[in-house]
Amino acid sequence: MVTEITQKLVHSHGLTDQEYERIKAILGRQPNFTELGVFSVMWSEHCSYKNTRLELKKLPTTGPRVLVKAGEENAGVIDIGDGWAAAFKMESHNHPSAIEPFQGAATGVGGIIRDIFTMGARPVFLLDSLRFGPIEGATSTAKNNRRLFSEVVAGISHYGNCIGIPTIGGEVYFDESFEGNPLVNVFCLGILRHEQITRGAAKGIGNPVFYVGSETGRDGLAGAAFASRDLTEELRQDRPAVQVGDPFKGKLLLEACLEVLASGCVAGIQDMGAAGLTCSISETASRGGTGVEIDLALVPQRESGMTPYEILLSESQERMLIIVERGREATLKEIFDKWDLPYACVGEVTEDGMMRVLSHGCVEVEIPAYKLSNDAPIYEREAVAESPAPEFRIEDIPSADLHESLIRLLGCPTIASKNWVYHQYDHTVRAGTVVPPGSDAGVFYVREADKYLAATTDCNGLYCKLNPREGARVAVAEAARNLVCSGAEPLAVTDNLNFGNPYHPNNFWQLRESVEGLAEACLRFGVPVVSGNVSLYNQNPNGAIDPTPTVGMVGIIGQERWITRQSFRDVSDVIYLIGPVGHELGGSQYLKIIHGRKEFLPPQLSYELELGVQAVLLALIRQGLVKSAHDCSEGGFGVALAECCISGTRTIGACVDFGNWSDRLDQILFNESQSRVIISALPEDTTAIEAICAATEIQCGRVGEVGGSDLIISSKRETLRWDVAELYQAWYAAIERVMSSQ
Amino acid sequence: MKIAVVQFPGSNCDQDCLRALTDGLHFQAEYVWHKQTSLYGFDAVVLPGGFSYGDYLRCGAIARFSPITRTVVRSAKEGMPVIGICNGFQILCEAGLLPGALIRNQSLRFVCKSVWLRVETGETPFTAHLKGQRILKMPIAHGEGAYFADKASLDALESQSQIVFRYTDEWGNATPEANPNGSMHNIAGVCNEARNVVGMMPHPDRAWDRQLGTEDGKLVFGSLAKALEPVISR
Amino acid sequence: MVGALMKVHVVVMPKQNVLDPQGVAVRNALKDLGLDTVESVRVGKFLELEFEELPDPAKLEEVCRDLLSNPVIEDYTIRPD
Repeated sequence: MVTEITQKLVHSHGLTDQEYERIKAILGRQPNFTELGVFSVMWSEHCSYKNTRLELKKLPTTGPRVLVKAGEENAGVIDIGDGWAAAFKMESHNHPSAIEPFQGAATGVGGIIRDIFTMGARPVFLLDSLRFGPIEGATSTAKNNRRLFSEVVAGISHYGNCIGIPTIGGEVYFDESFEGNPLVNVFCLGILRHEQITRGAAKGIGNPVFYVGSETGRDGLAGAAFASRDLTEELRQDRPAVQVGDPFKGKLLLEACLEVLASGCVAGIQDMGAAGLTCSISETASRGGTGVEIDLALVPQRESGMTPYEILLSESQERMLIIVERGREATLKEIFDKWDLPYACVGEVTEDGMMRVLSHGCVEVEIPAYKLSNDAPIYEREAVAESPAPEFRIEDIPSADLHESLIRLLGCPTIASKNWVYHQYDHTVRAGTVVPPGSDAGVFYVREADKYLAATTDCNGLYCKLNPREGARVAVAEAARNLVCSGAEPLAVTDNLNFGNPYHPNNFWQLRESVEGLAEACLRFGVPVVSGNVSLYNQNPNGAIDPTPTVGMVGIIGQERWITRQSFRDVSDVIYLIGPVGHELGGSQYLKIIHGRKEFLPPQLSYELELGVQAVLLALIRQGLVKSAHDCSEGGFGVALAECCISGTRTIGACVDFGNWSDRLDQILFNESQSRVIISALPEDTTAIEAICAATEIQCGRVGEVGGSDLIISSKRETLRWDVAELYQAWYAAIERVMSSQ
Repeated sequence: MKIAVVQFPGSNCDQDCLRALTDGLHFQAEYVWHKQTSLYGFDAVVLPGGFSYGDYLRCGAIARFSPITRTVVRSAKEGMPVIGICNGFQILCEAGLLPGALIRNQSLRFVCKSVWLRVETGETPFTAHLKGQRILKMPIAHGEGAYFADKASLDALESQSQIVFRYTDEWGNATPEANPNGSMHNIAGVCNEARNVVGMMPHPDRAWDRQLGTEDGKLVFGSLAKALEPVISR
Repeated sequence: MVGALMKVHVVVMPKQNVLDPQGVAVRNALKDLGLDTVESVRVGKFLELEFEELPDPAKLEEVCRDLLSNPVIEDYTIRPD
């Protein structure tokens, strides 16, 4: 039975009339039903980036360390020295996690891991950046948010732990803007030698094309199209669109693929992720400048009666496409038999440039591969600026009870300790995690390369809402600052852009501003973007999410003794604030949590100041003068200082005095001005520290001393004192308390 | 002395175990794939942690029937030192080489953190270097680590000094707070009656490098050298 | 009848004396949903086996003891369909 292609059918596939005309022009005829499905997924936003390609071109993607650029392959690769390289990328799984949070998050982890080993790299660590609606309270929305949070963490834990890759860091934010549309961005990094870099191209006419891994079922049917539509109640009934992951299979696949790659019999390899078989066939053919022909009757299937449409569009997990050098098929078979994994030779590489799919002798699909992968329309969306946020004036805000404020801020889920989350993640497997979750950046020792890598994910969505360009700049600056605080030199970036429906001009303006801010900052900080992901249509009937361009950044620490942690260590250590005291409260957590206001211009970044602070900090660390370093971000100096006291293995007090500084104490303590780091040092090193700082133009103020069991902060106007044990209680178990409540 | 590190489909601590032995202690060690049936040439066996067979049905339930496991059981009965770590411990219990079973953590959540362990006996090949009552620091990472055995078995384990490691606070007190998973009697590791097979939930394979926070794992693996001295000097 | 499959159901439950934290969690959740008279919940496994030909009962029992259940912590019941 031949399905008639009606306009309604075209639209229900997410294609416009113009896109349909373009398809007909490419084919020189009408597409059939299966071909329509193929175009609909390949030209969905998720796969083609049709609405964002023009913007993404603005990102800096080159640099002396870049070995595989953004957009070329499944992940970017950078050189880390001595012939070693790191492949990394961050990806989102937002929409599936909204519908089925456990599997949505788990398959997100599975997918990003495959993207890494498909490059020939052994994945060595993960990070995740998560956002949910508020979890406190007894309302049904709060309960739902707790459920989403709990299930997403459980899903990541399930997949990551089973496959044996440690999660070494990340972030979790809670805000109304993510109600019903959680953000689940997962980052993975893998290690390989330069010569092991593998490409996803179908090379070698006549080479056999193998399908390996789990059998194809009906999971995630048209998930890529699913991610390209707004989340509405109708879509929630779309349960079959969610894929189910099997981390055990994922682990077997990982090991088998690494073995098969090491054997040298592979001409090209590609994972089947979004748009499954369709995407892997067309992309490998397109990259190889060749064609690929397969026969669906040969594809391993776990359900009976699957149509060509279903087989091609299925997003069943844990499957790979491997192009093998002709004559070396036995090598692949031996390895996959060892691991008891299904495989099948499903076709071969051709020279006619076509993606050709046969089914029981009939040609089901015949599409020029290059045009399918690369000729998706490119759109320039309309951007309309939002009115700028007003400038903050301290006079507009009454001073709150500061003693209470610090305790409340430390206890609010966005700021509180995330140990409830990371104790569910195995962060010790692979015996390389030197700085586990809980510090500014995770640090991992890559044993085989004898190198220390640091990584972090950062983005403050509220800043981005209030000023998208500035917020994006700050995201990059903060990521770099976090790496520097751990003793690392920032190397490169992967970005995960999370925005609303691009057809709303305000949303698109936010995206364009964010991308331009990201691009500018990445250029200034010398960190090229080597990979990334865009997730649009993060929107529910109540509105778009806060624009969230998450930045994942990787750095390298040249020597073990430069590794620096966040917490104060010893009594009598001297405390310095590097950078200004600051004053900007716009977009701060203090304003949001204590005063209930999410407005005003967010903190402004000065590149000169930020680069100067980072340079001085790195210099001090390399001279062995820094015992701990922690940057000021959400909650400002007050929260950062408290964290230095309570985040270590033992809590310890501190005494800080702002002397004659005349600003209001709440402004001093909770402003979120950029480019500020709290360090502690030995008393005998103060002369050296002050000399190094004096030689630059960076302010470096000695503000106090570590010791005692209280945190004491004094200013000209008043002195505040907290029992450090009380601060620890407020901060450490905050999320546990919320999650155990009904 | 050569040590076998068994690899099941889904083991994920095999690399860590091998490195702990070769890089950490300069022992000779090799992988043994689960389909092999011979342990010829090996003097001791390590069953590493992970999720063999995805933990399907029950942790270790399917690995118990792998070809290599029969050989491990036979060799163990002949006196070969065998250590099962985490999933390895679960496999040893399923295979009947150790009494009891490991069930789901009481909190129902996976827990990854550092714990303190009190060494209860130096009379095993993996605690030969450790004087009794010594306190060790080691990471745990598991969702099904609560040790369970019926009363008769527990009494026998206690009276026969078959408890090898117990969860304690850093001063060696086996308090409820120090128990991370609800294990009976705070048990973290046990041995068989013949005292050559040891199972433990914590990971010595992640505790052999100072920069990981503790090197106490070296003492566990290192004890093999003392236990196998007659073999080495041969 | 040629081609018909024989079904056997095996139910595996935790032994009475084993703590079943999953059961406790489910019981509490039921109470929260308004079933306040619920006393206890235990969570087990239900296995559906299909055979071309029914196996020897002794062999089936052996497999239940050795693989499908762990006699230290679980009891099993075999029910023909």
